[in-house]
Amino acid sequence: MKVSPLSTLAVLLAVAFTLATSLALPAENWSGRAKSDNLFGMLFGDGRKLFANHFFTMADVYFHSGYYPSVFDQNAVAEKEIISTSHGKKESEEDEKNEDFLGRAKDWIDAFGRNFRITRHTHLEGHNEREILPWLRLAADLDPQKIETYTVGAFFLREHLDRPDQAEAFLREGLRNNPDSAEILFEIGRVYRESYHDLDRARNVWQLGIKKFLARPTDQQREDKLVLEELTVNLGRLEDEAGNYGPAIDWFERAQKVSPTPYALQDQIDTLRKKLNAAVPLTPSKLY
Amino acid sequence: MSKIFALAGVVIRELYRRKDFYVLFVLTALLTLAAGAVNFFHDDKIVRYVKDICLLLIWVSALVIAIVTTARQIPAEREARTIFPLLAKPVSRAQVIAGKFLGCWLASGVALVVFYFFFAVITGSKEHLWPWAVYLEAGWMQWAMLAIVIAMVLLGSIYFAAPSSTSTISLIVVVGILLLGTHLKVIALQQPEPLQSILTAAYFFMPHLEWYDLRDFVVYDMGRVPVRAVALATVYAAVWTWIFLLLAWLGFRRKNLTT
Repeated sequence: MKVSPLSTLAVLLAVAFTLATSLALPAENWSGRAKSDNLFGMLFGDGRKLFANHFFTMADVYFHSGYYPSVFDQNAVAEKEIISTSHGKKESEEDEKNEDFLGRAKDWIDAFGRNFRITRHTHLEGHNEREILPWLRLAADLDPQKIETYTVGAFFLREHLDRPDQAEAFLREGLRNNPDSAEILFEIGRVYRESYHDLDRARNVWQLGIKKFLARPTDQQREDKLVLEELTVNLGRLEDEAGNYGPAIDWFERAQKVSPTPYALQDQIDTLRKKLNAAVPLTPSKLY
Repeated sequence: MSKIFALAGVVIRELYRRKDFYVLFVLTALLTLAAGAVNFFHDDKIVRYVKDICLLLIWVSALVIAIVTTARQIPAEREARTIFPLLAKPVSRAQVIAGKFLGCWLASGVALVVFYFFFAVITGSKEHLWPWAVYLEAGWMQWAMLAIVIAMVLLGSIYFAAPSSTSTISLIVVVGILLLGTHLKVIALQQPEPLQSILTAAYFFMPHLEWYDLRDFVVYDMGRVPVRAVALATVYAAVWTWIFLLLAWLGFRRKNLTT
C-alpha cells in the first residue's frame, strides 16, 4: 500500500495533538517542578538551593572585597560575616586574627603570588554595601525559604543604604514565602521602629513574632533562642521608649531566661524599676 | 624576522575571517548587556556584578580563542599539505613555530583589546569611572598569560593526534592550574607519599598562570598591582613561553610531516 508522506505527516500531527490534549492535565502532576511559581524552581528543582547557598556566599565574598578563604584554606568560615553584622555584632581583635586565613607565606611562589591576590581584610562601606544586593536577590529567587537572605538584605538596605521602603518590600516578600518566620517579623519590626519610628506597628509585629516563635516545636525553640532574645529585648526597649515601664520590665525579665548575658539585662531592669517608682506618686497630688 | 611576521600576518587574517571571535564577542556582549539591564532594588549604581560577569566571559572567550586558534595551526597546514610549499620558501621549522606563535599571540592581543574596550565602555557608562591604568595592567597580565598558553598549546599540537584532543587537554590543564595553582601545595601536604612529593614537585615546576588573573583588583576597585611584580611576572611568562617554544621546536624539528 502506498501512503503519501503528507498524509502520514497529517496523521502524526493529529495523533500528537490528541495525545497533548489528553495528557496535558495529568502531566502537570507528574513532577513537582511544574507546580513551582518560580522560574528557577522549574529549571533546577531542589538543586537550586545549592546555587542559592553559593550566591549567598558570594554576597559575603563581595562584602569582604574578595578577601575570602577558599575550601582549601584552613580557616573555613564558621558564620558568614554579613549575618553576624546584621545581628549587630562588632568585630573584635580576636575575630580579625582568626580571619587572617592566609597566614605566613609558605614559599617564594606563595609570597610572590600574593602580589596578585587581595590580601587585605576590609568590609564594604560608604554605600558600597549595595554591591552585595544582586547576589542576595538571586539567592532569594533560587531558595525563597532561606530566611537569612531576607533578613541580611533588609538590614543592609535599611541600615547602610537608607532604603527602608525596599527593605520592607523585601521582607514582605520573605514573609509571603515563610509566613511563620519570627526572624522576618523581627526585621520588619526594626524597619517600623528604627526607620519609621512607628512604635505601635513595631510592637504589634514583634508580638506576632513571639507568638510565631512559641508555636515552634520545643527543640527548634531551643536552637533558635537568639531570635526570642532579640524580640523580647527590643520589645523591652520599645516599651521603655513609650514610657510603659511595667511591660518593659516584663519583657526584659523574659529576655533574661534566654539571654547568654542575663546579668547585663538586670541593670536595665533595675533602672526601669527606679523610673517606675519615680513615675508613681506616693501621695495623691492636689488637683487644684 | 620578516618571514616570521609574514607567517604571523596569515594567522591574524585567519582570525578575522573565521567566526569564532565574532560569536564569542557577541555572546559576551549580549550576556553582559542582559546582566547590566537587570535592576536590583531600584538601585542603578550597582555595578560590580556586571564587571565580574563581563571579565569572566572575557577570560573564557580569550582562552577559547587562543587555544582553538593555536591548536589547529600546524595540523591544518599538514592536513592541507601547505606545510611543504611553506618549508620550501625556504622557511625553517623554527621560523614556522615562531611565526605561528607570534600570529596567535598577536591575534589574541587584538581580541583582548576589543573585549577590554567593550568592558571599559559598559562599566564606565554605569559607574562613570575609567581607571585605564588598572584595565591596562589587567589586560597586559592576561596577554602575558596567553603567551604561555599559546606556546603550551603549540607544543601539544606537535605531539597530540588531532586539534580537538589538543584543545581539550590544554583547556583542562589551563583551567586546572587557574583553579588549583595556588592551593596545590596545601593539597599536597594532605596527601600520603609518594603523591605528596609528586604534587609538591608539580607545584614548583608548573607555570603559575593564576598570578596573571587580576580580575579581583578590577572588580573590587583595589587599585593596581606594584609595577615591579608585574615586570617580574612578565619575565616569568617570557621564560615559560621560551621553554614551551623550544620544546615545540625540538619536537617539530624531528617530526615526519608525510604521515
